[in-house]
Amino acid sequence: MMRSLMKRFSHLFLPLSVMALLIIINLVKGADYFRITMVNGAFYGNIPNIFFGASELVILSIGMTLVTAASRGQDISIGESATITSAVFVQYVLQANEVTLLTILVAFLLSSVVGLALGAFNGTLVSIFKVQPMVASLILFTGGRSIAFMIDGKLSPILANDLSNKIGTVIPGIPIQTPIILTVIFIALIAVLFKTTNLRLYVEAVGTNPNAARLNGINPKKVIFLTFLIMGFCSAFAGFIAVNKAGRHDSVNLLKLIMMDAILAVAIGGNSLNGGKFSITGSIIGAYTIEMLNRTLLRLEIEPAMIKVFKAVFIIILMVVASPVVRASITKVVDKVRGKGRGASAAMTVKATGDGEKEE
Amino acid sequence: MLGNTILEMRGISKSFPGVKALDSVDFTLRSGEIHALMGENGAGKSTLIKVIAGAYEKDSGSITLEGAPIHFKAPQEAQNNGIGTVYQEIMLCPNLTVAENMYIGRSHSPIVNWKQMNEQGQRLLASLNIPARATQELSSCSLAVQQMIAIARAVDMDCKILILDEPTSSLDEDEVHTLFALMRELKGRGVGIIFITHFLEQVYEISDRITVLRNGKLVGEYETIALPQIELISKMLGNELDDITGLKKYEPDVSDASVPVFEAIGLSSVAGVRPFDFTIQKGEVNGFAGLLGSGRSESARAIFTADRVTGGEVRMKGKRVKIKTPLNAIQHGIGYLPEDRKGDGIIEDLSVRDNIILTLQVLNGFFKPFSLKQAQEFAEEYIERLNIKTPTADTPIKSLSGGNQQKVILARWLLTHPEYLILDEPTRGIDVGTKVEIQKLVIALAHEGMSVTFISSEIDEMLRTCSRLIVMKDREIVGELRGSQLTESAVMNVIAKGGKK
Repeated sequence: MMRSLMKRFSHLFLPLSVMALLIIINLVKGADYFRITMVNGAFYGNIPNIFFGASELVILSIGMTLVTAASRGQDISIGESATITSAVFVQYVLQANEVTLLTILVAFLLSSVVGLALGAFNGTLVSIFKVQPMVASLILFTGGRSIAFMIDGKLSPILANDLSNKIGTVIPGIPIQTPIILTVIFIALIAVLFKTTNLRLYVEAVGTNPNAARLNGINPKKVIFLTFLIMGFCSAFAGFIAVNKAGRHDSVNLLKLIMMDAILAVAIGGNSLNGGKFSITGSIIGAYTIEMLNRTLLRLEIEPAMIKVFKAVFIIILMVVASPVVRASITKVVDKVRGKGRGASAAMTVKATGDGEKEE
Repeated sequence: MLGNTILEMRGISKSFPGVKALDSVDFTLRSGEIHALMGENGAGKSTLIKVIAGAYEKDSGSITLEGAPIHFKAPQEAQNNGIGTVYQEIMLCPNLTVAENMYIGRSHSPIVNWKQMNEQGQRLLASLNIPARATQELSSCSLAVQQMIAIARAVDMDCKILILDEPTSSLDEDEVHTLFALMRELKGRGVGIIFITHFLEQVYEISDRITVLRNGKLVGEYETIALPQIELISKMLGNELDDITGLKKYEPDVSDASVPVFEAIGLSSVAGVRPFDFTIQKGEVNGFAGLLGSGRSESARAIFTADRVTGGEVRMKGKRVKIKTPLNAIQHGIGYLPEDRKGDGIIEDLSVRDNIILTLQVLNGFFKPFSLKQAQEFAEEYIERLNIKTPTADTPIKSLSGGNQQKVILARWLLTHPEYLILDEPTRGIDVGTKVEIQKLVIALAHEGMSVTFISSEIDEMLRTCSRLIVMKDREIVGELRGSQLTESAVMNVIAKGGKK
């Protein structure tokens, strides 16, 4: 039982152990790491800040996981897509006389439609025209921020309304910051999607062997297109959170280079960047781990200019440790250590079950 | 003629978690002999040769090479000691030249003397009678020649032992004979050859001795001439031999007036098969016979629309239907087990369970996923029914043997309860035991009223199972045989005469 449980969650071993390591480093730095304080009726502290800061990354990593699994490539235009969708959101909100909940809702829906359209654009290039995902999304990556700037019309329009403020920070009376709640809602939506559809089976089948998938009645083009659509919606959702957090639409810097972290989150989550089987849970933990890493480096008071170097070193170590080569040798060592203790009893079991072949 | 013992293995054991792959196996190889290593899938052949080639370390037992005890820890060590291995899939680089392939990675000098390499390569090719030029690109050689170049690469380094793992599985008959000529040449030079194959005829044609393994244990070592084929099969299978001889064909009760389950008129596809007509009755097993490239697979693919159909019409039970994609075909009750199991059949990373339920799940619809419990029930039902050997339903299909993978694909289709099932080379590259099981299953399915098209490159297999054979040549139907006409020579005759009018 324990073993099968371990086997089932073995892919989460890497992200979880990294997380544990980061927690230890933080606790060594200061025992007050887990301290949570109440400010204006909401929780603040290291842990809530990680959840708050990682919201967009978590959402984008989910989309990236699906795109990677189905198309065996990555969408590098997600930050730019989010910038465009949030520009649309901001423009709709700004033209309204009075910002009500309905305004926000309509603006969000509008930006989602734009997100889906951008996803459809990338998806068409990849699924129908068979362009490499990275090359296809290079188009929006290059031009996206200019498009957003054109929608803005002026430099960094400001979202100065009460509702946006609440979405970006806290709603009075609710102790958890709104972006965290939105992220949870998004994850729940994705969970429902997986529960009520065959998305996982289709995506994994197409990502593993598109020929076989086609001969079993799955249309790989449609599936790949669908993952890009979902990616587009993820971008719109992440852009919505990001722009409300920031309070202004900075089309140059909004979610800049976030696709790198999203791809990294997918990799840390134990997913193959060559498609096939995937774990959304892994990617989500991976995204939180990256945010935790960023904040740990800040907390260690490393010079801002040096942070990127430390991050890079950490990631190199992580990837080497997680590589199949190292993992295989670790397994070997573990087996040897265990084997010495249990050798005798193992031999007995084999004998008792005859050829031992039918045993699990 | 046979030389001294060069390789002697005593009491070799090797275990993997949960499986004892080799259990105290003995094996001896003499110089200048071709020694066939026989057994079903999972018998331990691959493990044994990997122990010899240094890819696996043995758990216990002793190996002596020319009298000296050896203990290889890496394939490179085995190679340096004169043990060359050529695996089933050709592991060469198609975009390099023949000589480059033969010498790549062999010298530690950073400077390559191209002229010398090409000359040396040409000499080696000539001495082994391999019809290739050293400077020619590998991809321009036929599969057989590529296979021979892989052998040349392996034997060049003062080779004493050559291991050939299924070298003939993707070769046609002529190519097999060229390969055999090369093997005889090497044998004459005193090389000891270990030969693994599923083709019994080839064993009798070329081998001197046979070692049979079953379930990781040694069954025995025999002189090839002293072991009749039927006995060899029984030694490989244990006591399952009665099954083959007891196989009874099912002849459905078909009157000409009855409406065929499936009917194609003037069907053609982008794969270049000429427009053909085809019908199959309820409960009938028929087959497309013909040589490789005759269009037998292309016809099957056209029926299932695996290749895009360019013309013709299709009727099911007399009603005209439009089938444009594999999904349409599945919805109309057609199933298709593809020829290329690895490329078109299995979803290698997914579990046995997901592989079994895949098509039914697709048929059920995107928005109606089976519960895990339901999926598990389906999987377990078919694992038991088809006797699929897998530790659990959760095991990734890629870790199963070829025969069991094929059974999973069969289970996938049977689960959709098709009215018409096309099996393209269902028994290729799988062990004798599973072959027989699949043939029996086909006949049992026909009894239950399923129509089956059975395609195989082994003609006797089709003669055993099919009640009607459609003979193809050059992508065209050239004849049809049924009842008492179904003999190997009749098929050959039709192929030989057909086509040129």
